[in-house]
Amino acid sequence: MDLQRQPVLEMRGISRSFPGVRALHEANLRLHAGEIHSLMGQNGAGKSTLIKVLTGVHAPDSGEMHLHGQCIQPVSPLAAQRLGIATVYQEVNLCPNLSVAENIFIGRFPVSRGKIDWAELNREARDELGRLGLEIDVTASLDSFPVAIQQMVAIARAVSMDSRVLILDEPTSSLDDDEVEQLFSIMRGLKGRGVAILFVTHFLDQVYAISDRITVMRNGECEGEYLPAELDRMALISKMIGRAYVAPSEAAAAEEKRAENARDSLMSVCGFGRRGLMQPLDLDLRRGEVLGLGGLLGSGRTETARLLFGADKADSGDIEFKDGIHNNTRPFSSPREAIRAGLGYCPEDRKTDGIIAELSVRENIVLALQARRGWLRGIPLKQQRTIADRYISLLGISTPDAEKPIGKLSGGNQQKAMLARWLATDPSILILDEPTRGIDVAAKQEIMEQVLALCRKGLSILFISSDLDETVRVSHRVAVLRDRNKVGELAGSEVDEGSIMQVIAGSEI
Amino acid sequence: MRRGPRAILELRRHSLVWPLLTLLAIIIVDCFVNPGFLHVGSRDGHLFGALVDIANRAAPLMLVSLGMTLVIAVRGIDISVGAVVAISAAVAATMIGGTLVIENGAPVYISKFPMVLALLTAVVVAGLCGMWNGALVAGLSMQPIIATLILMVAGRGIAQLLTDGQIVTVYYPPYFFLGSGYLFGLPFSLFIVAFVLAILLGLTRFTALQLFIQSVGVNPVASRLAGLNARALTFWVYTFCGVCAGIAGLIISSNVKSADGNNAGLLLELDAILAVTLGGTSLAGGRYNLWGSVIGALIIQTLTYTIYSIGVPPEVNLVVKAIVVFAVCLMQSSAFRAMVFRRGTALGAEA
Repeated sequence: MDLQRQPVLEMRGISRSFPGVRALHEANLRLHAGEIHSLMGQNGAGKSTLIKVLTGVHAPDSGEMHLHGQCIQPVSPLAAQRLGIATVYQEVNLCPNLSVAENIFIGRFPVSRGKIDWAELNREARDELGRLGLEIDVTASLDSFPVAIQQMVAIARAVSMDSRVLILDEPTSSLDDDEVEQLFSIMRGLKGRGVAILFVTHFLDQVYAISDRITVMRNGECEGEYLPAELDRMALISKMIGRAYVAPSEAAAAEEKRAENARDSLMSVCGFGRRGLMQPLDLDLRRGEVLGLGGLLGSGRTETARLLFGADKADSGDIEFKDGIHNNTRPFSSPREAIRAGLGYCPEDRKTDGIIAELSVRENIVLALQARRGWLRGIPLKQQRTIADRYISLLGISTPDAEKPIGKLSGGNQQKAMLARWLATDPSILILDEPTRGIDVAAKQEIMEQVLALCRKGLSILFISSDLDETVRVSHRVAVLRDRNKVGELAGSEVDEGSIMQVIAGSEI
Repeated sequence: MRRGPRAILELRRHSLVWPLLTLLAIIIVDCFVNPGFLHVGSRDGHLFGALVDIANRAAPLMLVSLGMTLVIAVRGIDISVGAVVAISAAVAATMIGGTLVIENGAPVYISKFPMVLALLTAVVVAGLCGMWNGALVAGLSMQPIIATLILMVAGRGIAQLLTDGQIVTVYYPPYFFLGSGYLFGLPFSLFIVAFVLAILLGLTRFTALQLFIQSVGVNPVASRLAGLNARALTFWVYTFCGVCAGIAGLIISSNVKSADGNNAGLLLELDAILAVTLGGTSLAGGRYNLWGSVIGALIIQTLTYTIYSIGVPPEVNLVVKAIVVFAVCLMQSSAFRAMVFRRGTALGAEA
């Protein structure tokens, strides 16, 4: 790659502060035509702010931006779009109830004789998707397609506007491997057409699979710009977290796995399922263990978690607790019941199922505890503050104070607050559904360390993650799901990626 | 809350500052129009004057607004409160009735049923109306505006059914105390409002009700997963709103000494929603402000008084009211304020 070449886009010395936070300080970024450039950094490193400055959501306090050598100052996302800077966000920002074609050309429908030319619209939409190698019914409504396709439609929309710069903000976080591969081939195609792509992700594998160049950010500053070949994974992680990265100790993990068989059972479910949602399954959760749920996207991991927690009611099966905290074999009919019995559940979708965005960190943390006490016995404000402050410091939640609305925190800190909400109820079983999704490497590691520490104190955890490597690393045992069916269980030394893949693929062990 | 951190106090002050300024502005206008506006005199141990009169007349609206505040906080709306006012008034009026008899040579008014029983029945019926709304919204997941529209329409019919389509006049003086009596020199209706407000503030202070209501209002799905019984909460909030409307109905019918199924509490729901909004509670649900709603109700009543006292012809008074309300809403909208003040800050940045 020719470093001397004139970049398509250059951001120089960008600074931006928010009340109490210096989000960006003298940040730089260069994008060349026909390259895929990864932007890496922990949560709160300033990636999102940098992108928002670039797309005109925030105005920079200082610094300049050049597009094709000309100084630009986009004042709104629309203005940025007109300049040829298009963005595809993690959450698809389209209209789910409109057709695919309408979504691609919304706001600029082809018109003939004063009417919308639907035939032309659909034809152009098919062409546009065809160029991305996607053949779908463009007249079907967008929400009839999986998220992956919706994301590609969003990309088609961006590309159809002749964008020279395409920003992909964590596009892969809800895609499975095949879908990621499909997305990558589209990205490579666009790269061949000379589009400069800025790719933001938390998945290291993907960074190395596709990047031509990597910019690392830390604490609102640019740590540097690297070629993937110059920067191995350890070095990349170290640069992101600003200190040497210590891989979790293999020996300690092995030791824990050996102690596995000594544990006694805490909760066992039998024939647990719900018609149309999950085939009946048996699970046995032991005291102080991490039970992983392995399987691909859509295999029924979240469904299992929701059934166990009573979020969806199981229509068959028994549940049995060994130490009598719940003297009934009936499945829980509401989360309230499950919480009374000592369960906690960190849902996968933090934004819609987890946080109460407008309420403060304090209120979010005490919510489940207060719910269990009932509304009559309010926890005094002083005690609430004590609880909140304790978990803020224990889990290292970075917030100016406990009264800040939780919606204003970064994803990793929101996740820690969710963890705090459940820890405050002193649960005996915690269900963690994708606890590290959308979270940077360091926070991920911190959260997992907290979880394992709790486990050593006797907490049992049901762990769900799309990151198989993570599942293997923390789980003592792994139950494997396929097509909403439990297809196997691995324990101790059998737990490794290979064997899980084998079970998922369907070969018996 | 005596020694809460500064930030909370400031926030609270901030959220009440616009409603208070609005109220103050209207009062200042009144002082110019009517120099004796602020005068509060005493007659037979009763305080009297424009301010007392406004507060007394605002009492029913304040009550309904308090109920509405909580409904709006859980992402709902209750447009049936006006009809519930009519039902409650009809129940109380028909049960009391009142006739004049001569007992031992002295005229005595007697009621059909004991007054306490009549009042309780009216409030219980209003509570049942609230439960009906709550069941539709929380149990059947109906859109709140549609669910309460049913009772809004049917309620007036029910009220007329109770009164046989007539305006029922009450001849029983003890009943008039609710709406026009005085206690310690102040209108009795204000004590009713103070009582309900005190209960709500007490619940806010000593229970987790506020946390739960706000939590359900902001994110019902996440609230359920955190162990809240969002449905039950919503149900009881609507029930409470019905009870508030019922008490308001008693005050109104006591004040006019009759119950009119067609006109009692007419359009009260809109005034209540407006009062809640003026008080700084967002219609999107979540954070709510009880004091704000009380002030909002006072703003509306003062405004009505002002429009009459500056001599606006009755035909156009709704238009004038609408214009003032529109202006007030603009002033309270942060987007509008940002638009107005942006010019100022931009100039400052250049300098």
